[in-house]
Formats: sequence, C-alpha cells, structure tokens
Amino acid sequence: MPQRLRHLLGIEPLSAEQITFILDQAKPFQEFQRHPLKKLATLRGKTVALAFFEPSTRTRISFATSAARLGADTMNLQAESSSLKKGESLIDTVWTLEAMKPDGIVIRHAASGAADFIARRVDIPVMNAGDGTHEHPTQALLDALTIRDRKGRLDSLNVTILGDILHSRVARSDIHLLSKFGARITLCGPAMWVPRELECLAPNIHREPRIETALAGADVLIVLRVQSERIHEPPISLDDYILRYQLTPERLRSAKPDAIVLHPGPIIRGLEIDPAVADGTQSCILEQVTNGLAVRMALLFQLVSGAAPDAPHPAKENFA
Amino acid sequence: MILIRDGRVIDPATGTDKVQDVLLDGAGIERTGPSINAPDAEILDARDLIVAPGFIDLHCHLREPGQDISETIETGTRAAARGGFTAVCCMPNTHPVNDNASVTRSIIERAAAGASVRVWPIGAVSVGSKGEALAEIAAMQEAGIVAVSDDGRPVATAKLMRQAMDYCRSLGLPVIDHCEDPSLAAGGVMREGPRSIRLGLKGIPAESESICVGRDVEIAALTGARLHIAHLSARASLAHVRAAKKQGLPVTCEVTPHHFTLIDEDVVYDTRYKMNPPLASREDREALLAGIADGAVDAIATDHAPHHPASKDVEFDRAPFGITGFETALALALTELVHTKRISLMRLVELFTTGPVRILGIERKIAGGEPADLTIFSVNHKWTFRANESASKSRNTPFDNREFVGAPMATIVGGNIVWRREVAAAM
Repeated sequence: MPQRLRHLLGIEPLSAEQITFILDQAKPFQEFQRHPLKKLATLRGKTVALAFFEPSTRTRISFATSAARLGADTMNLQAESSSLKKGESLIDTVWTLEAMKPDGIVIRHAASGAADFIARRVDIPVMNAGDGTHEHPTQALLDALTIRDRKGRLDSLNVTILGDILHSRVARSDIHLLSKFGARITLCGPAMWVPRELECLAPNIHREPRIETALAGADVLIVLRVQSERIHEPPISLDDYILRYQLTPERLRSAKPDAIVLHPGPIIRGLEIDPAVADGTQSCILEQVTNGLAVRMALLFQLVSGAAPDAPHPAKENFA
Repeated sequence: MILIRDGRVIDPATGTDKVQDVLLDGAGIERTGPSINAPDAEILDARDLIVAPGFIDLHCHLREPGQDISETIETGTRAAARGGFTAVCCMPNTHPVNDNASVTRSIIERAAAGASVRVWPIGAVSVGSKGEALAEIAAMQEAGIVAVSDDGRPVATAKLMRQAMDYCRSLGLPVIDHCEDPSLAAGGVMREGPRSIRLGLKGIPAESESICVGRDVEIAALTGARLHIAHLSARASLAHVRAAKKQGLPVTCEVTPHHFTLIDEDVVYDTRYKMNPPLASREDREALLAGIADGAVDAIATDHAPHHPASKDVEFDRAPFGITGFETALALALTELVHTKRISLMRLVELFTTGPVRILGIERKIAGGEPADLTIFSVNHKWTFRANESASKSRNTPFDNREFVGAPMATIVGGNIVWRREVAAAM
C-alpha cells in the first residue's frame, strides 16, 4: 500500500505508486458510471466544500457530481457570488467555510500556491482543482487513466503537448505525472509560451518549435486550450497560431497511426484543434470527461471517507 | 563617561585593528588607546568583542508617516539598534511620500522624539514618486535629507533621471535608484527561472534590473552625478557597476543580506520569500559574493521592509514585496561572508560603516573628537533569532528561528548605550 494521502495539492510530490493506486481505485468507478442507479452511500453524512474562486464549469460539476454519486453533500462557493467581492481575504473565506464543518475542501483559485496556502491553515483534506499556472492534479490523473485505458500502459510513452505550455497548469501536472512513468515529452508551441526552463521540470523533456517534427512518433498528443483571454500577453496573432499550431488531420498523420488526442477542454473548434480531429476516432475528449468522475470519486473516497487504503472498494462491494 | 575596555577596535577609516580602550565623554569619543585610566567612567567590558564605528543602513522603510500598522520610527529604530545600526536611511515611500520639506521635517522631529538611532531621511526624486516632476529636493536637503530616491519603483524615465542627476550633482546629493524595467517586471512575483516555472509564479527576468542599471550608468556618465544602485541583485547589473567604476564614474551599489544568503531555488509558497528585487539565481549570488569580496560592492544595506502580518498572510501573488532585515543583517553577513572566509572582519566592518557613509559623503571614524557612534559585536556568540521577539512591529522574515554564530552586542549612539544584548551570565 502506498503512503496515505492527506491532501492532493499537486502531482509533483506524488510517487508513481501513489498515482497508480488512485488510478486503480478509479477503475471500478469507471464501471459504476454506466450503472442505471448512480448513487453510493459511501460518503453519506459527509460534506465536501467546493470553493471555486475562479470560474469553472466542468471541473466544478465533475467534483459536485462525484461527491453526489458517493452520497456526500456539497457546499458551493462560486467566484461570482463570493464574499471576496466584498474584500474578504482568501484565508478568512476558507475559515468561514471550515467553520461549517465540511469533511474536505476542493479549491480552484487563480493564484499559484493557493491550495498549498490553504492546506497549511486548515485541518481538513484539501483537493487542488487548479491553482493559477501551477498544477491541476485531477486533470492529470484523468488524463493518465484515459491514456492507460487506450494504450494499455502508462510507461515509456512518447507524449507531445501542444500550445501555451507556460501558462498551463494542466501541462505542468501532465508533465510531472507522465515523467514519473518514463515518458519522453515534447513541448511545442509559440516560443514565448515554451520557455527553456520548462525542460527543467523533469527528465526527458525537450522543446520542438515545428509541429510536424514535434508530432513524429508520438503516442499521445495533449492539445491545450488557447487561452484567448491571455492572447494579448505576450501578443500573438490567432491567425498565426492557427497557421502554425492547429492540430489538423494532416498534421496528425505525423504521429503514430494509433496515437490518441487529449484535450482538457473547453475546446475551441477551429482554433487549437480542427473539428475533424476533435470528433475523430483518435480523440478521447469525451472519455476524459467521464474519466474525470471516476478519478475524482476515487480521490474523494480516499481523502474524505477516512477508509483505510485496503478497505473494500465501494463500487466493487455494491455492484460487482 | 563610558570606558569601553579591551575591545578589538576595527576601523577601516584609519586601518586600525588592535585591542585597545575607547573612552567616551558625552556625545563624543574622548580618546582611544591602551589601558586608559578613567576611574569615574562606567566600564563596558568588550573583551573578545569587536568595537566598530557605528553601522549605517543605507536602505530601510520605517513606514512613518502613514503605515504605522506595519512599523513606526520608534519600533523600526529599536529593531535597528538591536541590529547594531547607529543610523538608518529611511526611504521616502511613506504616506504621504517624503517629497517635500514639511514631511522631511516631521520625520526628523518624530525621530528626535522617539528614535533609538539616528534617522537620515531620503527624499523622493519626483513629486509623489510618480516619475513626472522633480520634487523640492533643495528644500528637503535643507530640512535634512541625505539622498534622493523613488525607491519602490525606478526613476521613471531616462529624461527624469537625467534632470535629477544634473540637479543633484549641483546640490551634492547622491541619487539612489531602485532599478527595474516596469514592462519586463509587470505582474512578476519572483525571479524568472526554473523555479518560477515550476511554481507557476510569474517571473521577473534579471534583465529587468540590469537594463535599468545600464541606463542609469550611462546617465551618470552624461551628468557626472553620484549614482547609487539600491539592492543590486543580478550579475549583469554588477557588471555595469564594475564597468562604471573602471571608467572612474562615481557609481556605487549596495547588496542586501537576503540576496547574498538566499537564491530563487529557496522560494516556496511562503510570502516571507517575496521581495523586490526577488531572490536571484545561484550564479547571481556567486557574482554578488565575489563583488562583496573584491570591492565592487560598496555597502550592505538591509532594505528592511516591514509588512503587517495580515497583509502578508495572503496568496503569494497578492502579498506585498519585502522582508524585515535589521536584526539579522550582521549575523547573516558573519555567517555567509566571514565564517566562510570570503572576506575579512575589516572588510565586513567597511561594508557596514565606511562603505555606506562614503556614499553619503560623510566621514566617520573612531578617534578623539568624533561622535560616539559605535557598534560592538561578537563573532562567536551563539543565538537564535526569533521573529516574534523582534522589536519591529512586523514578522515578515524568512530567517525566523535561524541559529546564528555571531551577533550585535551593544549599540552606542551619541555616547548613549541605546541597546545591549542580555546574555545569561557564564557559569
């Protein structure tokens, strides 16, 4: 049994064994999503606080649904309605939530390190649902589950990540995770979004400015969203981006024939990805969404239930 | 009368390094010499201790007027006294900004009423430090400023810098610049590099500083004014200063204890590691250490920047820049510079005394007739710095709970012992 997690703040501090354990625990929850009655009593009586200080649709709904399917109640804090608008500090907001006695807190925040900041100041498990440009660990876990399912393994894959790597927390978490399993990672995008320091994140990372070269021999392609809200800093023309970096069916042919395409969403069709690729057989985009539930249920079960790591799996126990 | 007995007197101004007595009479030094006989004097036993000219801090923030939730002249100078400083130069970025003679006078009056050490204000270069019109520098000089700076931000434009330097040359004042290119630094919270990439924190490239130093050095050459670079942190900046000195330009620089002690790889999600300029790379630190050893660096300055705990207990991105520094400066310098044999004790004392005063155009030495401003310190006293016992109102330091060998032991200002370390009697 791997060392028990207290929080999930990032992928970087996890061992490969801890990651594998979460993915293994997620497997039965994948099956469970197909069941007509999607409700367990595992976390009945438990409450999970969802503190989304930054707008989010899919991650928030995914965590809320995962908690509900495990039988937990949720408290919702959303950026738009938050008392932060009234000038309350992050820590005061979190302490207020904590005083309502949740059993765990999921946090999404625009500041890198926000989850770490909170974890050092509260007594309940903290799950990072994305902190600034630092990490988005559950996204990397669901990506890993998707890759493992499709490729049959996580080890020693050729992975190419396309887009704005510098500002992407998804890219950092994916890099940390896949590197722990020996991936060779190629980063490709406009040069100002792919600074050389990224090669220091883990072993076997290199940068390649030409997309055709970057895709050659790839088993897995991770296409990042072009954050158009950030497009002015540093300035780049969207037309240039499409011309040089859009993942088109022609470019996809440079990768291995059985290469798979991942995207953390939301996708912008016709910008970073050609619709034919997004909807093609190599695309895993909707599987990723479904796997997000399985991974987040596994995580909530592990962190919030208080069950021992070797406790019977709730989805197996009830539905096997 | 106070007789400082048997201390090792180190004075770079006179090249002195020998065990002798120093007799103080009133606000001044009466005389120095071996075995002075003064039966009526209070004896201060300085055996095994260093007796140095009073330390001067060229760069601090006392937060008064306007931000006394973080610090006041009284609390800040008490912390300074505990750090061995006998005079501190306070930056003008208060509320209101020290950009006119009435603010300067009020700082000097408050200091006269409640400061433990001498307070030498630095005036703003521009009105409100906004980078537009020159402040009333001559009037502030008459009121008592010792230099000008828009610290907290750079002197905004090359044109304003040229005007300020031309003017200050005629007034005989040094211009101190916080060098930073605002367009490169915008939004940054730590030094750009592998660590900022890993933490996902927006980086400030070293060039943000060095480009501005380069600009200033060229304007110093154009105007002939005295230019002092505040809290220099980057290797490339130091190269500009070296080149300027080689040309004989009156260009000087200071380095903070945190920049010669810590590097960007030490940064964690803890706002006590957030300061501006940010902690630099390993290579930069090596360059600073080399400059400190070979004379390219003129002074150690603390950039003591107190912030109220609530303002620092926030996300890294949102926290204000700055850490406190008075009480740890000498111990860090001994630890990183002297105990490691990078510099001699004489050089260390120079960096805290003759180095800074020379920049201000003042002379200080330990000799009869001089003001009795003295710093007495130990190179081997073991102690632990605890931020919650600090005299400062603020606690924002990454050196909390650090164990040190070497410490300030007593601070004498104008013949008064303004602070003495309480040491448990040896068994």
